[in-house]
Amino acid sequence: MFDSFKHKVGEVVLPGDVFSFASLAPDSRVEKLICGPGLRRNGDEVLVCKSGVLRHKPPNLFWVDSQQRRYVPAKGESVIGIVTTKVGDTFKVDVGGSEQASLSYLAFEGATKRNRPNVQVGDLVYAQFIIANKDMEPELVCIDSCGRANGMGVFGTDGLLFRVSLGLVRRLLVPQSEIVKDLERLFPFEMVVGMNGRVWVRARTTQQTLIVANLLESCENMTAEQRKALFLRVAGGCP
Amino acid sequence: MKETPLSNCERQFLLKAIEEKKRLDGRQTYDYRNIKITFGTDYGCCIVDIGKTRVLAQVSCELVAPKDSRPTEGILFFNLELSSMASPAFESNRQSELLVKLNRLLERCLRNSKCIDTESLCVVAGEKVWQIRVDIHVLNHDGNIMDAASIAAITALSHFRRPDVGIQGEEVTVYALEERDPIPLSVYHMPICVSFSFFQQGTYLLVDPCEREERVMDGLLVIAMNKHREICCIQSSGGIMLLKEQVLRCSKIASVKVTEITELINKALENDRKVRKDGGKFGFAESMPKERITALKTEVAPVEMTDIEEKAKEIICRTEAPSEVVSSPVVCAPGTGQVGEGLQNSWGLEEVDALEDDVGEEREEQDMREQLEEESRNAEKGDVVVISDSEEEDVVILHEGTQVKHVKKQSVDSQQLAPSTAKRRRRRKKQVI
Repeated sequence: MFDSFKHKVGEVVLPGDVFSFASLAPDSRVEKLICGPGLRRNGDEVLVCKSGVLRHKPPNLFWVDSQQRRYVPAKGESVIGIVTTKVGDTFKVDVGGSEQASLSYLAFEGATKRNRPNVQVGDLVYAQFIIANKDMEPELVCIDSCGRANGMGVFGTDGLLFRVSLGLVRRLLVPQSEIVKDLERLFPFEMVVGMNGRVWVRARTTQQTLIVANLLESCENMTAEQRKALFLRVAGGCP
Repeated sequence: MKETPLSNCERQFLLKAIEEKKRLDGRQTYDYRNIKITFGTDYGCCIVDIGKTRVLAQVSCELVAPKDSRPTEGILFFNLELSSMASPAFESNRQSELLVKLNRLLERCLRNSKCIDTESLCVVAGEKVWQIRVDIHVLNHDGNIMDAASIAAITALSHFRRPDVGIQGEEVTVYALEERDPIPLSVYHMPICVSFSFFQQGTYLLVDPCEREERVMDGLLVIAMNKHREICCIQSSGGIMLLKEQVLRCSKIASVKVTEITELINKALENDRKVRKDGGKFGFAESMPKERITALKTEVAPVEMTDIEEKAKEIICRTEAPSEVVSSPVVCAPGTGQVGEGLQNSWGLEEVDALEDDVGEEREEQDMREQLEEESRNAEKGDVVVISDSEEEDVVILHEGTQVKHVKKQSVDSQQLAPSTAKRRRRRKKQVI
């Protein structure tokens, strides 16, 4: 059943490409298939709705790896948001999507009606989507299911926030990411990566923060060799 | 769509970096980003890139009745548009404050400075004059739209050619481009805007602010100047108080920048003229790499394979034996070195002197080509070499000698800057006390 998919794994697919199962023999074994980002079920066929490279993860997960800059909220993803306003009991947070997300003031670790979290307009929050639906306002929380912060919450009194493409963010978030490993060798720094393409970096000095930010921005369209060469040059040049 | 808000951390970081004389993209205080000028296939069309800011200008002309007050003058019309393609924060067909400000400034810079001879645009006094319309579209917004727009507008105007007109008695004939060579506009001088942004109530100054720097700046000073160091227009916005020395220093910096940019524009125009004359490729339509979408489908063409061997034999039998190749060394033209193909080695022999002249010519040609390509290469370089020091060398295509001059001038400027800022600080302290 997956044959039609497996042929195309690693190839470029475009929106409108169709994977049809109608021609399957009626007695063929029914298998489950998980459609990741970029794939959509439509009756007994699967449509591609993003342009990019088709990827596969055994046993039955398929998705399209695309390079885009516009973020579309998805449930469960962790993002960096900027608090824009306080409206009653909620904060409005800009996450780079088409709509602002709402964040309840009770959705912080240890927050109660009386004990409000200290969040100012313009602050950065690292939060997770619990509602992300195309028809509803997205909602964020800064706690996990056990009520623990788990790394989320307000952060970033200094340091630099900048935007990169969503593809690069995913490359950074891969466990044992090559780029992060290469960067770590230069000098110590802190980094927060949101799935919405925002990256926050803080190093010891302004100069070092700028270097990390510019290196990450330039990593976008570089091969591994080019990147290594650039990092080596920077490592040689910086104090 | 709403504009992405600027977070507190970005604001603090930017201000701190500016205090430490550092900029986000590794530029120096007085550096411009890479400037790139490309022309379209038509006359009067050009795209100007300043870093990631990209502006397109298109000039067009039309025969209209003149204004009653000025019956013998042509009409210049400027129209700058901010589409939502430039930035999602811009709404199309809405008169925003920024749009009005940019349009007004552009008009003041180019029309009121009388850089174009409007008298020569008159065809029949009081009846028909040329209306020159400059449309400027912002394609991408990364700060400093004004400088990009002014460079694009003046470059497009000096690149533009209007159709020739013949008058016989009462009859006016407009000749097509094929019939008679079109006529360029007479450009007296090239006013170019240079933007300065001020931070911390005018304590710090940056040239060519990028988008995020524009958001945290306290005030903006735009100076339009031509290469004769005549100020065509000056505007300060943001409501900050500037000292006389500050404005004078800005005008000095502007004069250096304007000289560089004017030289770049002239170079680009000349390159374009040469390429057009030679009939080579020109315009950004040609310079863009041919990107094609590769389809997954590949058509399989059937090939007849049954009697292929017989056919091949037949053909071999029928053909005559190939005539023997006689290796006679023929040098096509003096100075053409050829290697291989059984010819003699003519390199570096007794013709050395004769060769040298030709080689020199070839080199010149190569240089020209390289200059042409340099602009496009610079843009590519810019992304990668951000971390390294100043991008000043990349910005202008100059000869080695003149570059050094500019650098020197700048260092002088910065020396002048240092004591004056110190003075101001001292004054502040006194006030506090």
